Amino acid sequence: MNDLDYGTPAVVADRKVTLNIDGVAVTVPAGTSVMRAAVQAGVMIPKLCATDSLEPFGSCRLCLVEIEGRRGYPSSCTTPAEAGMKVRTQSSKLADLRRNVMELYISDHPLDCLTCAANGNCELQTMAGEVGLREVRYGMAGANHFTNVKKDESNPYFTYDPAKCIVCNRCVRACEEQQGTFALTISGRGFESRVTAGQNNSFMESDCVSCGACVNACPTATLIEKTVIAKGQAEHEMITTCAYCGVGCGFKAEMQGSEVVRMVPWKDGQANEGHACVKGRFAWGYATHPDRITKPMIREKISDPWREVSWEEAFTYAAGEFRRIQEKYGKNAIGALVSSRCTNEEDYLVQKLVRAAFGNNNVDTCARVCHSPTGYGLKQTLGESAGTQTFKSIEKSNVILVIGANPSEGHPVFASRLKRRVREGAKLIVIDPRNIDIVNAPHVKANYHLKLKPGTNVAVLTSLAHVIVSEGLLAESFIAERCEDQAFKDWREFVARTENSPEAMEAQSGVPAGEVRAAARLYATGGNAAIYYGLGVTEHSQGSTAVIAIANLAMATGNVGREGVGVNPLRGQNNVQGSCDMGSFPHELPGYRHVSDTTTRELFENAWNVKIQSEPGLRIPNMLEAALDGSFLGLYCQGEDPAQSDPDTQHVQEALTAMEFVVVQDLFLNETAKYAHVFLPGASFLEKDGTFTNAERRISRVRKVMPPLAGKADWEATMGLANALGYAMHYDHPSQIMDEIAQLTPTFAGVNYEKLDRLGSLQWPCNDDTPEGTPIMHVDNFVRGKGRFLITQYVPTSEKVTRKFPLLLTTGRVLSQYNVGAQTRRTENVQFYDEDILEIHPHDAEERGIVEGNWVGIQSRAGDTVLRATVTTRVQPGVVYTTFHFPESGANVITTDNSDWATNCPEYKVTAVELVRVDQPSEWQMRNEREDKEQHRLLAAVGLV
Amino acid sequence: MKPANLIKMANQIGDFFDAMPNREQAVKDVAAHLQRNWEPRMREALHAYVYETGDSELSKIVRDALPLVK
Repeated sequence: MNDLDYGTPAVVADRKVTLNIDGVAVTVPAGTSVMRAAVQAGVMIPKLCATDSLEPFGSCRLCLVEIEGRRGYPSSCTTPAEAGMKVRTQSSKLADLRRNVMELYISDHPLDCLTCAANGNCELQTMAGEVGLREVRYGMAGANHFTNVKKDESNPYFTYDPAKCIVCNRCVRACEEQQGTFALTISGRGFESRVTAGQNNSFMESDCVSCGACVNACPTATLIEKTVIAKGQAEHEMITTCAYCGVGCGFKAEMQGSEVVRMVPWKDGQANEGHACVKGRFAWGYATHPDRITKPMIREKISDPWREVSWEEAFTYAAGEFRRIQEKYGKNAIGALVSSRCTNEEDYLVQKLVRAAFGNNNVDTCARVCHSPTGYGLKQTLGESAGTQTFKSIEKSNVILVIGANPSEGHPVFASRLKRRVREGAKLIVIDPRNIDIVNAPHVKANYHLKLKPGTNVAVLTSLAHVIVSEGLLAESFIAERCEDQAFKDWREFVARTENSPEAMEAQSGVPAGEVRAAARLYATGGNAAIYYGLGVTEHSQGSTAVIAIANLAMATGNVGREGVGVNPLRGQNNVQGSCDMGSFPHELPGYRHVSDTTTRELFENAWNVKIQSEPGLRIPNMLEAALDGSFLGLYCQGEDPAQSDPDTQHVQEALTAMEFVVVQDLFLNETAKYAHVFLPGASFLEKDGTFTNAERRISRVRKVMPPLAGKADWEATMGLANALGYAMHYDHPSQIMDEIAQLTPTFAGVNYEKLDRLGSLQWPCNDDTPEGTPIMHVDNFVRGKGRFLITQYVPTSEKVTRKFPLLLTTGRVLSQYNVGAQTRRTENVQFYDEDILEIHPHDAEERGIVEGNWVGIQSRAGDTVLRATVTTRVQPGVVYTTFHFPESGANVITTDNSDWATNCPEYKVTAVELVRVDQPSEWQMRNEREDKEQHRLLAAVGLV
Repeated sequence: MKPANLIKMANQIGDFFDAMPNREQAVKDVAAHLQRNWEPRMREALHAYVYETGDSELSKIVRDALPLVK
């Protein structure tokens, strides 16, 4: 099952060299190692310290070769191939040398192969066999490293057994080169050399972020997954795509039957290229957690006990209730929410169900509450609601601007790429209210950190543009050729106004004008400049304006349409891009085509054999409002948990309570399920086929590696509900759904499962013009023709600090937890983070008598909750910060219903609050705890607790 | 639909387009945004509220745009 290992990384070079290895001529790019060239020629050279994910190191001395005309025995991993070189990889002398080297290794290694967890998948074992080691002349009785050695089992997912370590340095190099954390080192010298985490700490005490790169790199059982120790080696594997963040890493699910043994990052995965983070690599155990609900359940009232029923009864009951509501309150009184955690095919089917079976456009996606402003802002300026680049593009960036994103926590595999590029010399600008990791990480330091006040992104972005315009840094020829002239002139006049200068904006943003000016100069003149942004941009009342301002900057400096540049939204969840692409917004059919467009509507009407409404439907917040005024009474909620994830929790709870009928389809009985009348058990990403589309527009296959625990994949459940509603849907496999998507959506016209299987993944647009997809967008022209500058007037949020609420709360996520935590809270990741913590600056803490670990009451205009405080300078004075991973925290009890002007994306990032020390939970938390207990009592009726 | 929320949201939309130099186009853009993104019952509720209580809570540009919204 192991991939072919070329020993050293691939080299990209125009010049090629031809050499001869064991009589075989091979041509490789100049700079390629002899070892890699040999593998390419079909010649395997023994090795231990070399692997193709890491730069060559030349320490194990096993890969020695003979080169004609050269003295000695150079290591093939560190020797570059040269034209005309003649290499011998096998000779009696080389065999002796290698056997002697191996003999030394084995003389200090426990001979427990048969009971070792790596048995059958150990490079040391394999190499000992390859070199023909038959005896260890030194015996095993001398000084060694394998007796009386303590194994480090502190990490929940892997162990470190120094007894089996051959000090090849691969783990240390993986931590440095691939991950960029520098948590590991080799301590001691000579015989005392040992792999050490941190300052001789356990792995858990060290800076290790549990990405698993070291485990992946280890050639022995020194670093090995606990699941492999417990279960043994896998017997087959399937390639699939991670279900966590928007990076969309490719993984090999290594299996025993239908049981996952481990998830290994896929070397050929184009999004991650063999790297992973703690969530995708290790936190997949939730899929078989005992909390999974695996039978459909119904109840008449939310105060009734649940009753297990068949799928058919659940569908019939749900369809009957939806139809009853429509007959009583009208066709538009029901709708659906889809999730960015579901596949493209599932999202497509739900919006089809809404438009064809419900007969309205009341469908929305959780992208509403994260990246809907990206869709709006990029469509208005560049012409397409998507990022412009590949992740790999960053390798060509000279300047990287990160705003409102914390990739080390939210998009860790991308963060590793970013850090590597900065270590190589790229300049870094960070715009963020907090001292996030990349501001000052090992061997990574931001050149500028514009530490703005929450809510002032547009002020800072517009003042960056002011500097570019007023200091003559515009890419004039690019603009003249590629952008709308009048719109540019209007924008230039606007940003050049004194009121938009960094000096004028300083009072609003809190960022010294000189830093803004310097950052603007660097962005405009530093070479290829790329902008990466996240929810710290979108989740504001001016989220869409900020996205537009980012696109303006890229156009103004000509940083669009080639590698190394661009506008790059870091999508929060795995399929945010896909759920938007699939027509999950209430105003757009698949492919971002407005429902009022007659031609598009007719296309779908003919294919689906129904009439489609030409008016937009309700967005999530509108649905909740309409529920409270009695005009929206029924909801089908697939894979989404608005009762935890959406702002102003009490408002959401009131709205859900006001609905007459709620269907929740999920893996677990989530917070929204407390208000549900039908529960349809969901299927995890391991239990179904489909596709996810990541932040680079990359469509990747999700493959079923185990049968659905509840008997149906989510697309099958949606199909069942549609059929019960009287709208016939029949698909035998999600590939047929994708075929329908391709038939109806021009940007997906060339997508099909056969091609995805063949090429690994595809970036849309993929059609007749671009049959293998489009890695970089807007290369010669913008999708809309000419790029369109738009004026970005800074409008302060109405959520202002006052004497009553003098602090600004902003929210985010941590590395080990994901979104509402439904998945990660049910894994050992709770060992890294088991409650939402409030960060407060020492100055603000002292003023309120708050010390580390205190319980703190947080009050906003929307509500109040209680969290434990940590006192830290990560936040600036006047700003507090927390996460929203744990329902009992009630982080969204305090966020308000303020939202983005264009899309209603909630303003999670700015809430005015006051803090006070307390000694008991808030009223909401106590009530929530009682409701949790009641929920469990109602589950007891079906024997699930 | 709470009128206060609709008024606030409409004025936010108005704030964005208010900065555009071509006033006539900006008014049309406000109307188009409401038409293309607001579900009919939201538009109807805003019209009804303005009909009953007047348009003084709306910004000038939204007042100008509202007659263009169906």
